[in-house]
Amino acid sequence: MGKLRSIFSTTATRLSALYLVLFTVCAFTLVFYMTGEAARFLSNQTRTAVSEEIQDLNQVYTRNGLPGLVRAIDRRSRAPGANLYLIADGAGAVLAGNVAGLDNTILRKEGWTREPFKYLRFSEEGVEKSHRALAHIFVLPNGMRILVGRDLGEPERFRQIIQRSLTFALGMMGIGAFLIWFFVGRHALKRIDGMSDASRRIMGGDLTGRLPVAGSGDEFDRLADNLNQMLAKISDLNDGLKQVSDNIAHDLKTPLTRLRNRADAALNARDTTKENKAALEDIIGQSDQLIRTFNSILMISRLEAGYSSERMEEVDLALIAEDVTELYEPLADEAGVKLNFVPSQPLKIKGNRELLSQSLSNIVDNSIKYSRSTNGGAVVEVQVSKANGQPSVTVCDNGPGIPPEDRDRATERFVRLEKSRSEPGSGLGLSLAKAVMKLHKGELRLSSEGVGLKVSLVFPSPDSL
Amino acid sequence: MKILVIEDDRDSAQYLAKAFAEAGHAVDIAADGETGYALADGGAYDILVVDRMLPRRDGLSVVAGLRAQGNRTPVLILSALGEVDDRVTGLRAGGDDYLTKPYAFSELLARVEVLQRRTSIAEVETVYRVGDLELDRLSHMARRAGQEIVLQPREFRLLEYLMRHAGQVVTRTMLLENVWEYHFDPQTNVIDVHVSRLRSKIEKGFGVPLLHTVRGSGYMLKVPGKN
Repeated sequence: MGKLRSIFSTTATRLSALYLVLFTVCAFTLVFYMTGEAARFLSNQTRTAVSEEIQDLNQVYTRNGLPGLVRAIDRRSRAPGANLYLIADGAGAVLAGNVAGLDNTILRKEGWTREPFKYLRFSEEGVEKSHRALAHIFVLPNGMRILVGRDLGEPERFRQIIQRSLTFALGMMGIGAFLIWFFVGRHALKRIDGMSDASRRIMGGDLTGRLPVAGSGDEFDRLADNLNQMLAKISDLNDGLKQVSDNIAHDLKTPLTRLRNRADAALNARDTTKENKAALEDIIGQSDQLIRTFNSILMISRLEAGYSSERMEEVDLALIAEDVTELYEPLADEAGVKLNFVPSQPLKIKGNRELLSQSLSNIVDNSIKYSRSTNGGAVVEVQVSKANGQPSVTVCDNGPGIPPEDRDRATERFVRLEKSRSEPGSGLGLSLAKAVMKLHKGELRLSSEGVGLKVSLVFPSPDSL
Repeated sequence: MKILVIEDDRDSAQYLAKAFAEAGHAVDIAADGETGYALADGGAYDILVVDRMLPRRDGLSVVAGLRAQGNRTPVLILSALGEVDDRVTGLRAGGDDYLTKPYAFSELLARVEVLQRRTSIAEVETVYRVGDLELDRLSHMARRAGQEIVLQPREFRLLEYLMRHAGQVVTRTMLLENVWEYHFDPQTNVIDVHVSRLRSKIEKGFGVPLLHTVRGSGYMLKVPGKN
């Protein structure tokens, strides 16, 4: 069903359908116009022929009088052809002619019959056949009624032939449109699908991926070529960025190490006074914090750019969550926070244990920090579950929570909401978790169930990967 | 202990030499990969401290080259690259431990000492003993003065690690890496709380303290007065 819908949603199909509709409209117009024109042409011809016949008969009448006219009509009626003749008196009795079975009303009206009418015609073999015809009726001064007409069999056959051949042509057009769609459209669809698959992979962080080029040099190839060149450029820039950040990591970390080591050495020297020791310890503490923040920034940039080299493998989300809970349980206990892990069956996902553990520990750490002053006992609950096929870990606390309008901002780098200013931390914990989730093609969600904050790490369902 | 430091940054190398000397170890320094390789290949060192990014020959290539030669000297790799996969490649090249820059010297010293002991201690022992504290790795039982101590699985692993390295300084990072298998730095010092819990289990009511805090470094499990 989905496949069918995807076929109908393609440009090729839509164009084909549009063409088919236009073709049909044109073809019908053509059929109607041509048959109409042909019919008019033929009936004009009929009228001319009939008019000439009538003039002819008129001359016969003026020259030879009524008997001559009757004789002439009788003679002409016997000749083979499409011409019809009839002469009848005022009462409707037929004197001569080759027409029978005529509706009486037809003879009453003078002039051209409005509609083709039906009559019986004596064929050579004397068998009666029903035919359609057009005729002109006129009345002689003595009340004699004369009908001169022409059988319509021939023009009607002609019209039928045109109609049939046009219908046939129309059918061929339909089949042609379908075949064009099938081959051209499907071909295009396949190429485009291939391109979008490749671009999805590339967006997933595999910047070495390229769009397929068929080698035929057509529009698709040119497009793919251009996009590939663009990708090469992006990947060059990215490599440059990676190189720069690696260099920064190296060039800044070395002097930082020195700074820290000097302070460390001074701290351990025998002649350092007590006040100096306190200052040096502070220096070491501050530089450790600086190093930590610096490492986090580098890590987030790497993760966000999608070129982290961390391997993804099958891991048990339940075990990861349980281990982190276990790591923080004594700390929570000491802070007077009840930290629970809701036991769960193993829940396998594709991920990186280290990164997920780090994200989760940041979140659990935050929850403990912010909920510990809750009146009546702070509770932090860690739970793994699977909803709509999407595995997730949630950390719920009953602390002050984050107002809905601030939730988006809370995951941005260095954003520390008013209430948290007094707490230690770099303000990078949630940003890191967000970047890690992006790498896992998942999502970090902040919500609340009335009280406190609920942080969810939601992973894509395994089928969608 | 005889240590070879292969480090191109002169300041860092000199600092390391001085600090190791103060801790009572003999130190040689090589400023690039080639020199380092030649020295390590010829001299008998107890431990090699190798920077990953080196001029003339990359640190990992030095280590891999030594291992290919059959040289089993314990190697600690120093690197500014700290992602887990960087660590994995470092260890795969033949490194025994991996430390990300910047590091505290106390951390490096503790690791170097543990690495050096690793070669001399048999890890196949089934029962560890420190004073009257006993840990049976097969039955997963801990006893002190014959009295059983009930431990959580993680507490057991923590005690096991501390006992294996009894008499040595064990840092918080080492515990986090070896007992919890995490290589990241938790913002809060969660390890201290775990250690103090364990401490109360193995010391409360037993008199002599065994688990000591080493200021600025970490912890050490030992019988007081004994070295």
